[in-house]
Amino acid sequence: MSEQLLFAAEVTLNGLMAGVLYALVALGFVLIFKASGIFNYAQGVMALFAAMTLVGIQQGQIPFSHLINAIFGTEIHHFPWHVPSIIAIIAAAGVMVGFAWIVERYILKHLVGQPDIILFMATIGLAYFMEGFGDMMWGSELKTLDVGLPQGLNETVLNVTDKLFGYGFFIDNLDIVAAVVASLLVAALTIFSQYSKQGRALRAVADDHSAALSVGISLRFIWVLVWSIAGFVALVAGIMWGAKSGVQFSLSLIALKALPVLMLGGFTSIPGAIIGGLIIGVGEQLFEFAIGPLIGGATQNWFAYVLALIFLVFRPQGLFGEKIIERV
Amino acid sequence: MTYKRVAAASVAALMVASPVMADLVFPSLSYRTGPFAAGGIPYADGFADYMTLLNERDGGVGGVKLQVPECETAYNTEKGVECYEATKGQGALAYNPLSTGITYQLIPKATADDIPLYTPGYGRTSAANGNVFSHVFNFPANYWNGASAAVNHILDLNGGDLKGKKVILLHFNGAYGKEPIPTLTALGEKHGFDFSTVPVDYPGQEQKSQWLQIRREKPDYVLFWGWGVMNQVAVQEAANIRFPMENFIGVWWSGAEHDVKPAGDAATGYKAVAFHGVGNDYPVFGDINKYVVEAGKAAGDGSNVGTVIYNRGVYAAMMLAEAAKKAQEIHGVADITSGQMRDGLEQLEITNARMAELGMEGFGPEFKVSCANHGGPGTAAIQQWDAASGKWSLISDFGPSDMDVIQPLITADSEAYAAENNIEPQCK
Repeated sequence: MSEQLLFAAEVTLNGLMAGVLYALVALGFVLIFKASGIFNYAQGVMALFAAMTLVGIQQGQIPFSHLINAIFGTEIHHFPWHVPSIIAIIAAAGVMVGFAWIVERYILKHLVGQPDIILFMATIGLAYFMEGFGDMMWGSELKTLDVGLPQGLNETVLNVTDKLFGYGFFIDNLDIVAAVVASLLVAALTIFSQYSKQGRALRAVADDHSAALSVGISLRFIWVLVWSIAGFVALVAGIMWGAKSGVQFSLSLIALKALPVLMLGGFTSIPGAIIGGLIIGVGEQLFEFAIGPLIGGATQNWFAYVLALIFLVFRPQGLFGEKIIERV
Repeated sequence: MTYKRVAAASVAALMVASPVMADLVFPSLSYRTGPFAAGGIPYADGFADYMTLLNERDGGVGGVKLQVPECETAYNTEKGVECYEATKGQGALAYNPLSTGITYQLIPKATADDIPLYTPGYGRTSAANGNVFSHVFNFPANYWNGASAAVNHILDLNGGDLKGKKVILLHFNGAYGKEPIPTLTALGEKHGFDFSTVPVDYPGQEQKSQWLQIRREKPDYVLFWGWGVMNQVAVQEAANIRFPMENFIGVWWSGAEHDVKPAGDAATGYKAVAFHGVGNDYPVFGDINKYVVEAGKAAGDGSNVGTVIYNRGVYAAMMLAEAAKKAQEIHGVADITSGQMRDGLEQLEITNARMAELGMEGFGPEFKVSCANHGGPGTAAIQQWDAASGKWSLISDFGPSDMDVIQPLITADSEAYAAENNIEPQCK
């Protein structure tokens, strides 16, 4: 195999891995959009907030300590303990469930029946509120996230490809973990929505709110459920991205990576989010590899959107999205 | 009735919370929120804490207290300009915007308002030419000095011969990240190394393809101009591809504790260019702890004292305070104006003896600013990270940069600016 072809194969493999991470973020959007028709602008901030909460709990940080110290003149910052990672993850997931309940109780409940754009605007407000609230609760300094995930070059892939092709491929261990976790998450979500009572209710709500209500399905419960699941997905995405960069404001910007994935895969399809993520991941990496150096590089951000727009032209509802036909 | 009570309580609280008005006002265009908060917080803390130290320990400068009103920019250029407009009426003597983008926007405004800008280690590099940029000061070092210092370091490592070596600049794909390219291109031609660039778009959370490219091209050295999340991800990705960390050298904005800690032990050996000392082994930090942190008057919780970016904030505040003192001496008044402050900056002299008096002996170089040279000596050192001790250490002395290459670039760029803006040379 020629050297360039080997490089392209390595880039493709890494693009697939990056795509899984994009898909993880997109999944949160899809879940909420499917169940409630809301495009949740706050999904990126939810990932940031979930990761901040995880690190805060893990490191025994006292929530709102800056505020408490400023008001009462105290000097408190940390509890005298360190929480094991798994307990901290469970606790952070619990906080995200509580967050889902608050969102339903204080925002969504009051906006039932409002046009989609109003709900969308509400999530913009929610995003900015959470951004400030998260900073106030945990501080805006960069926090190191360590839940024991492996990082760095995978030796097995390196050795096998070196033996086969004479060139060892680079694959990050963290990306492999992310791919496994994302696969498990998708499988679990699919089983849940197909075979559990709540999952079927969720699908019913996704199909038709009014019909679901008429057969006794609690819309409010479903919304809490779906925002909780989206919160958990945000936590997983926050862990995967935060393990690499530390937990900081930029985590909230990973939502930007999910938008082209959604445009391509469709807003209502879980498989669409996965396939869309993979296409965007591979497409942007290959474009950067082949064309990037000729036009100054740093093409990934905009090329992902170009790719999504090309797909939109031919399939406006996305690859797996539902075609909505409104008859007059 | 309730509303009246709330309103009255709010007014009372505001009156209690408002700082006592002081005469020497140095607004801090800080960013404690947003994508660059990790660097913005310690810098703003260091800047404010040093001014508080002078107030608490010395009663201010020349008997006049200092005031540091903060305005949050979130590193956003438009907000930065708004902050400038909102605070200049408070009697601002000088601005330290801590953003190259904001600096570019403020240069014509501040010049017209007769308010000096102090941009140590950032901003418009060619502002070192005081003949053109009468109100901008970027001593003791600028980006081009930083680029030259990095090349000088790798020259030292290679016995002064870089012929055939491959050097890549990994940089933020914006004005800041592109600043060193002309200098590094010229230095590449001079020393015979192969120089190329790899840009990373904002915010830099995803750099997989850039590091795969670096892995393929196998450069001898990677120089790095990053800020924000781009720094942490780059250090982690370098470790992931097993790039020799001692051959990975960042500029001073890519060399803080929070840039390397997320990568853990793998970050050991990473280097950065420095234009001031590292650590808290200087008497000034003892004073800050005593008079500011322990007195409960610190801008933050005190945990950043002695960290790289905090120290930079302290260093910048020290320079402005010394320039204010100089301005008081020149004009024989304690309550100086911003125009007089400009004179103080232009005639500032920092000696080793003065640095020792300030409790900062060896923290930075001695130098003298002049009308023509607003950039200072351009000296820089190299610092290296050790994850085991969790500390940066200086591994070289503060050495000169290659002014034979840099000065013509400064002259060309500043003269082009002067021609575009019809600026007459100010130094007679």
